[in-house]
Amino acid sequence: MTAGTQQGRPVAAAPAIELKGISKSFGPVQANKDISIRVMPGTIHGIIGENGAGKSTLMSILFGFYKADAGEIFINGQKTAIPDSQSAIRAGIGMVFQHFKLVQNFTVLENVILGAEDGAFLRPSLAKARGILKQLAEEYELNVDPDARIDELSVGHQQRVEILKALYRQADILILDEPTGVLTPAEADHLFRILENLRAEGKTIILITHKLREIMHITDTVSVMRRGEMTSTVKTSDTNPEDLAERMVGRKVLLRVDKAPARPGKTILEVDNLKVVDSDGVERLKGISLNVKAGEILGIAGVSGNGQSQLLQVLGGIQHGTGTIRINGQEIDLTGQHSDGQSRRARGIAHVPEDRQHEGLIMEFTAWENTILGYHHDPAYQANRLLMNNAAIKDETRGKIERFDVRPPDPNLAAKNFSGGNQQKIVLAREIERDPDLLLVGQPTRGVDIGAIEFIHQQLIALRDAGKAILLVSVELEEILGLSDRIAVMFDGRIMGERLPENTDEKELGLLMAGVSGEAA
Amino acid sequence: MDFLTVLQVLDSTVRLATPLLLACLAGLFSERAGIFDIGLEGKMLAAAFMSAAIAAVSGSVWLGLLAGIGASLLLSAIHGLASITFRGNQLISGVAINFLAAGLTVVVAQDWFQQGGRTPSLIGGGRFAPIDLPLAKSLQDVPVLGPIYHDLISGHTILVYLAIALVPLSWWALFRTRFGLRLRAVGENPAAVDTAGVSVIGLRYAAVAICGVLCGIAGAYLATALQAGFVKDMTAGRGYIALAALIFAKWRPWYALSATLLFGFLQAIALRYQNIDLGGIVVPVQFMDALPYILTVVILAGFVGKAIPPRAGGEPYVKER
Repeated sequence: MTAGTQQGRPVAAAPAIELKGISKSFGPVQANKDISIRVMPGTIHGIIGENGAGKSTLMSILFGFYKADAGEIFINGQKTAIPDSQSAIRAGIGMVFQHFKLVQNFTVLENVILGAEDGAFLRPSLAKARGILKQLAEEYELNVDPDARIDELSVGHQQRVEILKALYRQADILILDEPTGVLTPAEADHLFRILENLRAEGKTIILITHKLREIMHITDTVSVMRRGEMTSTVKTSDTNPEDLAERMVGRKVLLRVDKAPARPGKTILEVDNLKVVDSDGVERLKGISLNVKAGEILGIAGVSGNGQSQLLQVLGGIQHGTGTIRINGQEIDLTGQHSDGQSRRARGIAHVPEDRQHEGLIMEFTAWENTILGYHHDPAYQANRLLMNNAAIKDETRGKIERFDVRPPDPNLAAKNFSGGNQQKIVLAREIERDPDLLLVGQPTRGVDIGAIEFIHQQLIALRDAGKAILLVSVELEEILGLSDRIAVMFDGRIMGERLPENTDEKELGLLMAGVSGEAA
Repeated sequence: MDFLTVLQVLDSTVRLATPLLLACLAGLFSERAGIFDIGLEGKMLAAAFMSAAIAAVSGSVWLGLLAGIGASLLLSAIHGLASITFRGNQLISGVAINFLAAGLTVVVAQDWFQQGGRTPSLIGGGRFAPIDLPLAKSLQDVPVLGPIYHDLISGHTILVYLAIALVPLSWWALFRTRFGLRLRAVGENPAAVDTAGVSVIGLRYAAVAICGVLCGIAGAYLATALQAGFVKDMTAGRGYIALAALIFAKWRPWYALSATLLFGFLQAIALRYQNIDLGGIVVPVQFMDALPYILTVVILAGFVGKAIPPRAGGEPYVKER
């Protein structure tokens, strides 16, 4: 089916996709401003930009999710109207969303044929899809068991199903939105091989990402978006990560974290044989032992869902567990009435949770209200026995906002109205300024812009240099490698091994993250 | 308990389970598409009234059935409009429909017939008549099998056979057709359906319409087959029991048949044995009458194992940005 479309392509290479003057506003927010772009057939074209730069909006317009306010779309040189997803599919466009659009309790086959069935009865459609899937699997290394249910598949395999869905609909143009966010390094490499195979077959691929490394690694051309505008399009071979970061942010950015060697002091946190069984009876932590000293950052690497969340939750007092945890040599209660966030804070543990919108902040509350969450019993915040001293709290918040460069600097703004990076700064300000002995940090820069990432990393290093212990959980390997003084890799509720950042690399960590232990760890 | 009594209880089980089964299948289609429907009760009630009223006036039970389905479809359309088009809260819309039906039926009945909120008793062609299956009479005297065939299997109205036939039909439609695949998908992950280029709204309206038709038949059955006319609140919570049965059945057609037969059986027992004497302790009639409802509470409290509802159930579909 691919051969036919290749021969049918016009001889003069018209762009596979050409957008002219696309604009789109949501109320007062202009998400896309007069965007023009040409994507040549048979290439991998990267689109890079910070959160909210308008990448996803642009692709949603291309896939018929939104209607552009102005502008034209040309597919293979033909002016094409794309009012809905059906027309996008007809025009040969397939999209792999960041959050997969799969039906969890359907099989792979059922998901593939959904919306592209032949006739009213399923049996012939399923049989046909089975044959085509087998063929695609051989052609592109896209192996998935067609009868497996989606919720039994790993994230990497689910993503393959999404690609198969697009190919089954005979897509010639494939758009992938942040495809590697949820993958292990090995899975990401496999994905890139698939993309290279697709390119070799003449397919056109648009890759949306904020990861500079991926852009450099696989794309032929890269376009940079900033604040709704397409600021530049360059050949990938003519640029480098620093240059791209500067084009994205609009100023020079320090990509590597600048830090002095750690000077570890006494042991602050000791964890011994920690186990957690969740409410479904699944053992999520299977005997974790680790320690963190004053003045050092222990990074926990791992693909999300391998127990890192549970580790943070037990340490933060949100979940119960068995085993021993000592803070400054004193054992803390893991199961009884003294096992909650409040008592952990009293012992000098501060917690920046992984999911800041659900656990770190109350989105409807204002910034100043959010800056005292969990510390609201502090006598300093009380006016008398009945009322809180709101004026004093707001004053304090103004200071925090200034020191942590929260924008806009308005303590009365609701948390939901700040960008991801500024929300994270509010949480960090609250936790760091309580002067904890141990800071638990989960995914500190998830959904945070490059500029704010730089600031947050500097704050964490400063806290370390002030002699505090930091336990950092992140799925971003670059972040782990950049910040940590020691790295522990988690897989399936266990620690697969510990490495020093200067003696390891992404490849070795990636193997550990996939459960392959190297030499005896 | 002799054989004949057992047969009679089972016979009435089938008759009492029929409206529950129809309503349960109605809910199944709606909820499988992601639209929770607490308004089964109200739709049945409206259909019961309209079918009885039209059958009484026209003398034709078939016209009555059509009118009942029409009334139920109208309420379905309101529910669809509120919860699909305007993305309102599905529970509130359902409750509103129940109130609307409970009040309107009585008021309109009083206005039309002046019989204290009832319809006139249905006679002759105004009711569904029992159907004698072939050879039922002549096989009646065959031991065991004869009475089973004559008393239990034969002698029900057409709607009973229809309801039972709808079980395999629903299963086939849901699990073997394109429509069923899309319907189940839209209740699990409407975004998957939307990105596949299929209309979420169209599918959900189709599901709600099927729900309306089935509720209409259920209501018409109550007023024109099980009873002979409409009386105030004659659904007596059957819509809610059907919802409980739906959870019990884990949103599957064949399980729905078993679940509603169980509830029908309990109602049949309550109807037949008013006071049960258990060696000194007399179980009062009120307890027996309450038994199906008690079981409903037990089931809803989750004592029947894990029942996973359709994942997108109850949530209006809004495209993500």
